[in-house]
Amino acid sequence: MRYRDWNSASTGQKLAAFAGLAFMHFPVFIIILYAFTTEDRTYEFPPPGLTLHWFKVAFARDDIWAALKVSLTVASAATLLALLLGTLAAFALVRSRFFGKDALTLLFILPIALPGIITGIALLSAIKLANLTPGYWTIVAGHATFCIVIVYNNVIARLRRLPKNWVEASMDLGADGLQTFRHVVLPQIATALLAGGMLAFALSFDEIIVTLFTAGHERTLPIWFFNELFRPRERPITNVVAVVVIAVTLVPILLAYYLTRPKEFGAK
Amino acid sequence: MSAVVATVEPGIHSLSRGFSTFLYRRSTFYLLLLLLPPLLWLGTVYLGSLFALLLQSFYAIDEFTATVVPQLTLETYRQLISHPANVDIILRTLAMAVAVTLACAVIAFPVANYMARYAGPRMKAFFYVGVMLPMWTSYLVKVYAWRLILAKQGILNWGLSAVGLDGLLEAALATPVVGGPSLASSYLGMFIVFVYMWLPFMILPLAAALERVPQSLIQASADLGARPRQTFWGVVLPLALPGLAAGSVFTFSLTLGDYIIPSVVGAPGYFIGMMVYQQQGTAGNIPLAAAFSVVPIVLIAIYLMLAKRMGAFDAL
Amino acid sequence: MPAAIEFQHVARQFGTLRAVDDVNLTIGSGEFFALLGPSGSGKTTCLRLIAGFEQPSAGKILLNGGDVTGVPPYDRNVNTVFQDYALFPHMSVAENVAYGLRVRGAPAAARRTRAAEMLALVQLENFGDRSPAQLSGGQKQRVALARALINRPAVLLLDEPLGALDLKLREAMQIELKNLQRQLKITFVYVTHDQGEALSMADRVAVFDRGHIEQLDTPRGLYMRPHTAFVARFVGGANVIEGELARRLTGDTRSFAIRPELMSFLSATSALADGMISCEGTVIDVLYHGATSRWQVRTEDGSVLALARPELGAQSDSPVVGGKVRIVWPREQMVMLAGS
Repeated sequence: MRYRDWNSASTGQKLAAFAGLAFMHFPVFIIILYAFTTEDRTYEFPPPGLTLHWFKVAFARDDIWAALKVSLTVASAATLLALLLGTLAAFALVRSRFFGKDALTLLFILPIALPGIITGIALLSAIKLANLTPGYWTIVAGHATFCIVIVYNNVIARLRRLPKNWVEASMDLGADGLQTFRHVVLPQIATALLAGGMLAFALSFDEIIVTLFTAGHERTLPIWFFNELFRPRERPITNVVAVVVIAVTLVPILLAYYLTRPKEFGAK
Repeated sequence: MSAVVATVEPGIHSLSRGFSTFLYRRSTFYLLLLLLPPLLWLGTVYLGSLFALLLQSFYAIDEFTATVVPQLTLETYRQLISHPANVDIILRTLAMAVAVTLACAVIAFPVANYMARYAGPRMKAFFYVGVMLPMWTSYLVKVYAWRLILAKQGILNWGLSAVGLDGLLEAALATPVVGGPSLASSYLGMFIVFVYMWLPFMILPLAAALERVPQSLIQASADLGARPRQTFWGVVLPLALPGLAAGSVFTFSLTLGDYIIPSVVGAPGYFIGMMVYQQQGTAGNIPLAAAFSVVPIVLIAIYLMLAKRMGAFDAL
Repeated sequence: MPAAIEFQHVARQFGTLRAVDDVNLTIGSGEFFALLGPSGSGKTTCLRLIAGFEQPSAGKILLNGGDVTGVPPYDRNVNTVFQDYALFPHMSVAENVAYGLRVRGAPAAARRTRAAEMLALVQLENFGDRSPAQLSGGQKQRVALARALINRPAVLLLDEPLGALDLKLREAMQIELKNLQRQLKITFVYVTHDQGEALSMADRVAVFDRGHIEQLDTPRGLYMRPHTAFVARFVGGANVIEGELARRLTGDTRSFAIRPELMSFLSATSALADGMISCEGTVIDVLYHGATSRWQVRTEDGSVLALARPELGAQSDSPVVGGKVRIVWPREQMVMLAGS
């Protein structure tokens, strides 16, 4: 019987792990490949040729730019709201103890824990009951609601790591609460705020499930994309837009990761 | 002699200092000041909406005027349960959710296992980013990508032909219920897409749980004479169960409520999510849509209770 | 002239736990005052009450004669050196030291000169541009000191500042701190669980146990004349003889303390001198401390007494472990203890 080192995986195990990882990534690579295909009517593989033509066509389309603008502004507004409300919540809950605190934490997580369709139909029910028309601001409201927890998680994790006696030391030396926040706390949570904000932005930019319920006649880029899914004529342009979406959301996600990278990836 | 109260340079923002001291002395006021805005927002926007949803499910639509009659009634629920087509929809969705959960568990395990217990620090970070990136990539882009992949002329068909396995594909598509004219319009295809989409949500909690299994237990098991397979089934798997349970909560509830994947990739049969979307859209029957969406809420609540027993909440 | 610090019936409660229970003390201006006690005895809580990080549940605290109830830490003329230094990592050493002046609105030039002065005071002149992460424990401690002194506080609070340092460094720092205090003439309030530290540095010491002060006295007073069994054991490591054994030896039911170094061995055959009390026992252990040795002797009724003797070269009559011995001490050196 050959001796096996318990601390390393067998080749079979390694293969399975990497295969799983590859499986998760290959669809995105396919899409990027398809954005360059010359074929415009079928999903033919392998692509008969490669071209940048579709990029030029897509960039000339007004409806795409309009939808992009809506997505960017909605994401910015929702992120700002989420930053404000999420940070307030994090400061409130970081070291306090009161009756119902656990229920409150659950309330923050609920918008992202329940399936999007429930959030979507719930918001729509409320909009209809209140006799409002769904539109730009209902989209922002919906997005802000589940982006709050993203910011909250990032900020509270950072706040928990802030030693309590830094605040005490600052006050001891003569700084009041606001000064302590400005000089001591804010520099420490800056990266968490940035990371939370970027993740919130990416989440809002990508969002389709709830947005379809709350958008009314407005079109975000994902909504534009969703409509194109059922229109075979414009396929290559759709692919180009897909690549743009991937690129736009990849940057904030990676940045957010590097800002809040967990340090426990050190030696085992 | 030095004063009790420290001296401050004149004019140094005395107003903000006074406000600071005011908040310092009244800690509950400070807490309320911080908590009220997010609480009010979530309370009205979110909880209010959920309440509105519930309320709507107890209204009914007037068949003649096609408007919602604001009177409490159980009519809509009766409609929901009595039509066999509706029950079909619910069962179909439930079956898919369970199947997807099981498949995700099986596929996620090798990845999570390697990531948690065998990978070195840099490999672990690589895997972590490798799992996180697809998770955060646009949902719609991923669904669309699979549409391309599963299409008749797409890469999957091409790939299987290239290795001579297209007979296998045809046989799979010929299977009753699960098969269909092409992968892109069959339950099989839908199943593949679902599994792909929720895989990261199963991998991460599972990896976290596996990482918490102390190496000493595995060594003890080997020391007592167990073969690797026995150690796996007897020690590792039971301890990783909370992670599996946590991941399964995501895969179950996400599949249960999804409406986009079934409409983009799949057979004609309706799923709960699609019904909800359709009823609020063209039919304008919000009460029925609301009633339909109460079903996943109830199912998920039941599942959460089961998952909690298996320790899922500690692994989250 | 009012006292620098005064506690009047101060109590601090956390739920059902009375961390500080009816504490009264007065600390004079320019005093080096130590709060001594085991962990959980309430000494650190008292320090935090002076600083303003906690508010008393009952009683009053006066700083320089003024009631400071409700006064936040930033309005008190008191500064703290924390146990783990609490230096701000995102600021340089000089910025850390100048922080107190910065938040009070002092202009940049004044801050720079004063910070340099303080760093020179703690012998870290060229360390201004470094970041706290680059410093050793001892250096961080001095930066924390400089930072706390820049505001010229009336009172400096030190919360077990030397705990993380090794023995040699700790002893050197003790001397430095004592000199600094004499030089600056600031009231120092020093929290420690190390009675050696408290005895060597402080003018007066308050010994804490379970939230209240057992005894407040000069170091010599604590050591020579402990009031309670707790103080006798904790501060001086004295033997406390109580109950039946006490009654048998002295005819008095009160407990008493006797210092190990005031006891000696007497051979079984020698006569007992006047005014000496004797007790029989068996040696169970000997600990060699270089300059002295310490014997543990178990008496007939089970109590263990400690006896300390200087090592003055080879002594042929040293008792061995397991041997039977007779311990004697002068009656007048016994300290009668109050019940506690």
